[in-house]
Amino acid sequence: MPFIANTDAERADMLAAIGVSQIGDLFHDVPEGYRYPTLDLPEALSELEALRELGALAAENENLDEVSSFLGAGAYRHFIPSVVDFLAGRSEFYTAYTPYQPEVSQGTLQAIFEYQSMIAALTGMEAANASHYDGATATAEAVIMALNAVKGKRSRVVLSPTLHPMFREVVRTYTQGMGLDIVGDHEKDADFHALLALCDANTACVVVQNPDFLGTIHSPSELQDLADAVHARGALLAVAVDPISLGLLTPPGQYGADIVMGEGQALGIPLSFGGPYLGFFAMRESNLRKSAGRIAGETVDADGQRGYVLTLSTREQHIKRSRATSNICSNQALMALRAAIYLAVMGKKGLRSVAEQCYHKAQYAATRISMIPGYQIVNRGPFFKEFVVRCPLPVDETKDHLLVQWGILPGYDLTTEYPDLGQCLLVCVTEMTTREEIDALAEALAEVADLAAEETE
Amino acid sequence: MTEPTVYQLSSPGRHGPTLPALDVPLAPLPDAQFLRAADALPLPELSELDVVRHFVRLSQKNMSIDTTFYPLGSCTMKYNPKINEKVAGLSGFTNLHPLQDADMTQGAMQVLLELQVYLAEISGFAAITLQPAAGAQGELTGVLIMRAYHLDRGDVKRTKILVPDSAHGTNPATTTMAGLQVVELPSDSRGNVDLVALKTALDDTVAGLMLTNPNTLGLFEEHVLDVTRLVHEAGGLVYGDGANLNAIIGIAKPAELGIDVMHFNLHKTFSTPHGGGGPGAGPVGVVEKLAPFLPGPLVTVEMDEEMAGLLAAGHEHALHEHDHYRLAWYTPSKSIGRVRSYWGQFGVLVRAYTYIRMHGAEGLRRIAENAVLNANYIKARLLAEGSYPVAFAGRTCMHEFVAQGILAGAPDIHTMDIAKRLMDYGYHPPTVYFPLIVKEALMIEPTETESKATLDAFADALIQIAQEAREQPALLKEAPHAAETKRLDEVRAARELILCRC
Repeated sequence: MPFIANTDAERADMLAAIGVSQIGDLFHDVPEGYRYPTLDLPEALSELEALRELGALAAENENLDEVSSFLGAGAYRHFIPSVVDFLAGRSEFYTAYTPYQPEVSQGTLQAIFEYQSMIAALTGMEAANASHYDGATATAEAVIMALNAVKGKRSRVVLSPTLHPMFREVVRTYTQGMGLDIVGDHEKDADFHALLALCDANTACVVVQNPDFLGTIHSPSELQDLADAVHARGALLAVAVDPISLGLLTPPGQYGADIVMGEGQALGIPLSFGGPYLGFFAMRESNLRKSAGRIAGETVDADGQRGYVLTLSTREQHIKRSRATSNICSNQALMALRAAIYLAVMGKKGLRSVAEQCYHKAQYAATRISMIPGYQIVNRGPFFKEFVVRCPLPVDETKDHLLVQWGILPGYDLTTEYPDLGQCLLVCVTEMTTREEIDALAEALAEVADLAAEETE
Repeated sequence: MTEPTVYQLSSPGRHGPTLPALDVPLAPLPDAQFLRAADALPLPELSELDVVRHFVRLSQKNMSIDTTFYPLGSCTMKYNPKINEKVAGLSGFTNLHPLQDADMTQGAMQVLLELQVYLAEISGFAAITLQPAAGAQGELTGVLIMRAYHLDRGDVKRTKILVPDSAHGTNPATTTMAGLQVVELPSDSRGNVDLVALKTALDDTVAGLMLTNPNTLGLFEEHVLDVTRLVHEAGGLVYGDGANLNAIIGIAKPAELGIDVMHFNLHKTFSTPHGGGGPGAGPVGVVEKLAPFLPGPLVTVEMDEEMAGLLAAGHEHALHEHDHYRLAWYTPSKSIGRVRSYWGQFGVLVRAYTYIRMHGAEGLRRIAENAVLNANYIKARLLAEGSYPVAFAGRTCMHEFVAQGILAGAPDIHTMDIAKRLMDYGYHPPTVYFPLIVKEALMIEPTETESKATLDAFADALIQIAQEAREQPALLKEAPHAAETKRLDEVRAARELILCRC
């Protein structure tokens, strides 16, 4: 019993106070034949043994310290300043719970308020909530909010094919009982015009991503045209966005987005094999009451001093029950705290330089690769930190060769989700990637091209 | 003292950490319309020390388990072992990209596979998904699985979910999200599901029942076997809300009691930190016939014959001792689809895994025993003193109980006043005004990690406060006096919305 304080003597005193003779008597309501089942579990470990076991399991993985990685596709390796781990590791933060009692939770509440402020500022929106589980669930909640926010009952949702494939899958999972008509993302190569053609009087929202899943940055003027047309049809425009890109790029609030959401992992959260991550969610104030999730607001105490509370909770499950805007309860508060610390410490200058370095290094990498015979850069417009490379050999062969011979993870294989592109690889470059790594990638890809040439001879 | 915001602390030109100099040539930027003006990024400008002092000071404005007894009912605020933070922070886990090939991540997948096996063993279910990110998402996963199961059998009429009136708000909210209708069931005079009402409600339009056991009154469902049998006889399924598993872990297996699908709250029962409101994790267990509907991918074993033999003989723990196999991802045939990106809240899952490994079967059972003992002890102390009514006082409670802030001789005092006064005594208040079916509810869950001395001091404080309520009610009405702030105006916050400030 590693973490139980009471001694046998104390337990005996407590049982006497309760008026039973043994602990087992407290479970008399559990049907008799079902009490105390056998659990076939490994023997308990001491802390030292557990550290050894977990250390061994961690060491069995080949992590990104041991290879050179160009893998992104929605989860990114960015620099995490030491203060993020240090401050988010304060146990006054991580061993508290949802700040239902504001007078003893001002730390969490003010941190959430500052997170909301910085997310709203970054996205160019009027308000932000205190988080969703990840980018995919934030997108599903955006769709549900749009369904509730538009006038009349509408059931069509238009998704861009370059919205992250997992985001699209989660939208479908979440809404499978709602009788929706989800269209757009199976259209081959659907551009904004094609998406707009699908947006009819029954459409609640159009969801696009910028920079999109393939790394391309869409022009704010085209997005503004899309927003205007979507609004003219009475629907909302939701834009999924990489928050790091907003250090450099025009925020969606400036081109007519009604909802801006996405994966916030890049903001000071480790890759950690896929979670916990952070779904950020920003909106216009007019839609606040239809939105999901916790929101902190500023108020005053009985002495008139500034303080913070959770607010607009009449939207939420613990009050509204079956008529709530969502069932969300626990969210990703500690991840939102990490994002708040990251944004505060990187600040105006730091985030700009992260975004610029991502951009310039990605352009350098694409230029190097485009000069290798057999490879093509597929993106038609400008791109931010990811780009698509068409390869002379099948992507899995290319990947295997680079990993085994060079210790390089060259990127994400697009063949399954975007078969029409052909043999394509999604390559990600961030401020963490060095010029040496990019040059080695180019050299390694050139070697594969030579192998391809030999094969055809 | 009021702490300035990061924007108030900001000073133009100040900055934190810098990056290495750019080591590639500058590329042309896209047209101006694509770009935010260089000085137009509305983020604060702070030094690293500014940021450290600010967030350290904020942290000191919180009550937390590490500073304070935190008997928040239904939330299982037990001690969070520090080893869990250490192991989840190992670079072999934190620097792992979720889309690396399975051959590079066998150690992490081993953690997931074993956690699937252990949760199945603890609960009696046939299969587990670790993907759901929180309890509420586990509920959505479970209810969508129930819906998919009926539809797959061509049983399209089943659109109702029965939900007891004592249920967490997430149960009815989840039902609506899944596109099904809520039918509320009353509780009987002993706090159980009313069997007569249940029988009346059951017909061929019922997809299932959502049952929390022990329920939010802290009571074990006395007729649980009847309840689950009746639902099954009517063709429905029983969803188990696992929020209160801490009371019965190692004492009973929910699947054996007739539960078909259940979520676990790893941040409650398995002691992963609550994080100020998350991240949690809400894995879902199902009986055999529901396994094809689980969200994928799950971890599965590609094994040799020796391993297969050991597993077939029921030696699940052999998975930990042999290495004649490779782990792979697979998605069940009729999956409802993924409920989030990637594989789940991996960092949370590693912590829960470590917690289970450090307890073993006996240790887990002792958790439930001591949690139930601690709750009954506070309850006995309050009943012996007599100021606080306790809902269903005559029954033995499980890991929590519901007292009431209705004090004889203090008619103007409400539960909220008592809760705020507890802050002055250095305690985080219990859950208040829930469950809704108990007037002036004060839901107290001490957990197993608290000592008798802490429980006694807390009971003493509650008793003292009852006396204050009779003699100096203003002391309660104006509480808290010693907390970080005075009582905050929540009505004003909702009326005059201020949700961000730059």
